[in-house]
Amino acid sequence: MDVRKFLKNANGRLRAGISITLFFLILGFVVYYIPHPNPFSYNTYPRRLSPSPDHFFGTTSMGQDVFWLLIEAIHNSLVIGFIVALIGTVVGVFVGLLAGFSGGFLDRILMVVTDTFVVIPSLPILILMTSLMRGSATVILMALVLAIFAWAWPSRQIRSLALSLKERDFIHTAWFSGEGTVQVIVTEILPYALTWSLSNFMNATLSAIASESALAVLGLSPANLISLGNMIQWARERNAIFTNQWNWIGPPIIATIVLFIGLFLLITGYNDYLSMKRGR
Amino acid sequence: MKFTQYFGLRILTWALTIWIGVTFIFFVPRMFPSDPVENMIGRIQSRSGQMDPLEMESLRKSLRVQFGLEGSLLEQYVSFLKKGLLQFDFGPSLMSFPTPVGDIIKTYLPYTLGLMLMTTVLAWIIGNFIGLQAGFRKDRLSSKFLEGVAICIYPVPYFIVALVLQIVFAFLLGWFPLQSTIITMGGFGTFIRTLLRASVLPAVSLLLVGTGWWIISMKSLSGTVSEEDFVLYARYRGLSEQKIGQSYVLRNSIITQVTALAMSLGGVFSGSIMTEIIFGYPGVGTLIQKAILQSDYNMILGCITISIVAIATATLIVDLIYPLIDPRIRYS
Repeated sequence: MDVRKFLKNANGRLRAGISITLFFLILGFVVYYIPHPNPFSYNTYPRRLSPSPDHFFGTTSMGQDVFWLLIEAIHNSLVIGFIVALIGTVVGVFVGLLAGFSGGFLDRILMVVTDTFVVIPSLPILILMTSLMRGSATVILMALVLAIFAWAWPSRQIRSLALSLKERDFIHTAWFSGEGTVQVIVTEILPYALTWSLSNFMNATLSAIASESALAVLGLSPANLISLGNMIQWARERNAIFTNQWNWIGPPIIATIVLFIGLFLLITGYNDYLSMKRGR
Repeated sequence: MKFTQYFGLRILTWALTIWIGVTFIFFVPRMFPSDPVENMIGRIQSRSGQMDPLEMESLRKSLRVQFGLEGSLLEQYVSFLKKGLLQFDFGPSLMSFPTPVGDIIKTYLPYTLGLMLMTTVLAWIIGNFIGLQAGFRKDRLSSKFLEGVAICIYPVPYFIVALVLQIVFAFLLGWFPLQSTIITMGGFGTFIRTLLRASVLPAVSLLLVGTGWWIISMKSLSGTVSEEDFVLYARYRGLSEQKIGQSYVLRNSIITQVTALAMSLGGVFSGSIMTEIIFGYPGVGTLIQKAILQSDYNMILGCITISIVAIATATLIVDLIYPLIDPRIRYS
C-alpha cells in the first residue's frame, strides 16, 4: 500500500489517531528495549525523588523509577490488548461467517449465544473468574479470560456483513462458476471482512486494556504484572494522592487517557476513511 | 410476524440469555483448579493454628454444603438453578454469617439501580438532544466543539473519569467527601441529604461518559438522516427548521438509539460497578469488592446472578418499548 497516498487521503481524526497510537507503540515496543534496571524491584533508587533529567517522572515511595515503570506498563497493557483483540477478532470472524453463510438452525443457535455474550455484563463474570485464580494468573491466562467476551461483538458485525454480501452478484458468480464454500469465503468474503476486522481489532484492544485496568483496581490483575491499571492501583494503595505524589499517580492516568483517545480517534477516523473510500 | 409472536420470541431470548449466563457462571468456577473450600480452610488454619483432623473433616463437610458443592455435578446445577434463579437464595454470606446473601444484596441493590437508572436515562436524553443539534447543524462551531469534548471523554474508561473527578473535586477542591457515607438512621431528611451528597460525583462520572457516547452516535446518525431526500423535500415545502428537526430527523434516528440503549446496558452496569468502588458508594459494586476481599463466593455468585437477571430484564423492557415508537414495524 502506498503510505504517502494513504496519508494524503486520511482525514484529520485518522491522522491524529495514527500519530498518538504510533507514539505509544514506540514507547511500548522501542523505548521498552533500551536497557534499564528492572523497574519492579524496590529501592533501586532513593525514594520519592522529584522529576529530574535522571528520572523523568521521579521515583515512587518504594524507590522505583516511575518513567520505566510507565514504559513497562504501556508495553504490557498493549500486549494484553493485542492478544485479546487477535483471539476475539479471529474467533469473531469465524463464528460470524459461519452463522451468516450456514443460515437456518445453526445460524439461530450461534446468534442466540452471540447475543447473550453481547448483552451479559462482562465485568462481574470476569471478576468471578479472576477472583478464583487470584495470585496464580499469568499474562497469557489473563488475556485468554478477557478474550471470552471479545469475540461476540465482531461476530455479530461480521454476520450482518456476510448476510449482505451473500446476495451480491459477484458472490453468485463465484458460486455458479463452481467455487466451493471455503474458497468463496476465503477469496471473496475475507478481503471485505478484513477491513472491517481492523477497526474491530482496535476496538477490542481498547476494551481489553480497559477491562484489565478495571480488574486491576479491584486487585484482581496478576500481582506481579506491571500494567497501566496496576500502576494506578499501586499508587492509590500507597496513598500517592494524599501525599501529593502527582509525579507517581499522574503519568499512568494521563497515559491511559491519551492512549484511549488516540485509539478511539484511530477507529472512528479509519471508519470515516473507509466510508469515504466506498463513496458514501 | 404478529406482535404476539415478536413478544414470545423476545421473552424466549430473555430466558435463554439468563440461562446461558447462569450456566456459564456455574460451570466456569468448577473448571478452575482452585477450590474455594480448601482456600477457606487454609485461611481458617492460618488464623487459628493447627486443627484436629476430625474437626477439620466436619468443617470441610459443612463448608461444602454452604458453598453448594455437595452431591453430583448435575444435582448441584439443578439446585443452583432452582434456588438461585427462582428464589434468589444463594445460601448464607460468609463474611457476615449467617445472614443470607439475598437479604444483603436487597439492601444494596436499590442504590445501584437508582444511580444507574437516573444516569442512563439522563445521559440518553441529554446526549441525544445535543447530538441531534450537532448533527442537524453540522457546520456550526458549537457543534464541532461539543463533539470534540465528547470524543475526549467517551473513550476513557469509567474508573479513570471517576478517579480524576475524585482527585479534583473531592481531594483538591474539597467540595465533596472522598468516600461516600449515607446515613440511613436519623430521619428521612438526613438520609436524602447524605444520599445526594454521596451520589453527585458517581452520577457525574457516569453521566460524562454516557452522554459522550450518545452525542457521538446521535451526531453521526442525524447527520446522515439530514442528507436524505425527504429532508430536502421538507425544506422545499418550506417547513420550519424546528419542525424538520423534530418530526423528520429526530423521529428517524431515535429508533436506532433505542436499540443501542438496550445493547449498552451491560457496559453501563460494568461502569457503575467501577464508579461505585472508586467512591465507596454503597451499591452492588462495593458489595462485590468486599466479597472479593473476604473470599465470600456465595456473595460474589449471588451479586453476579442478580446482575445478569437485572440487565437481561432491563434490555427486554427497552426492546419491548421499541415497537411502540417505530411505526414501520417489522418485528424481526
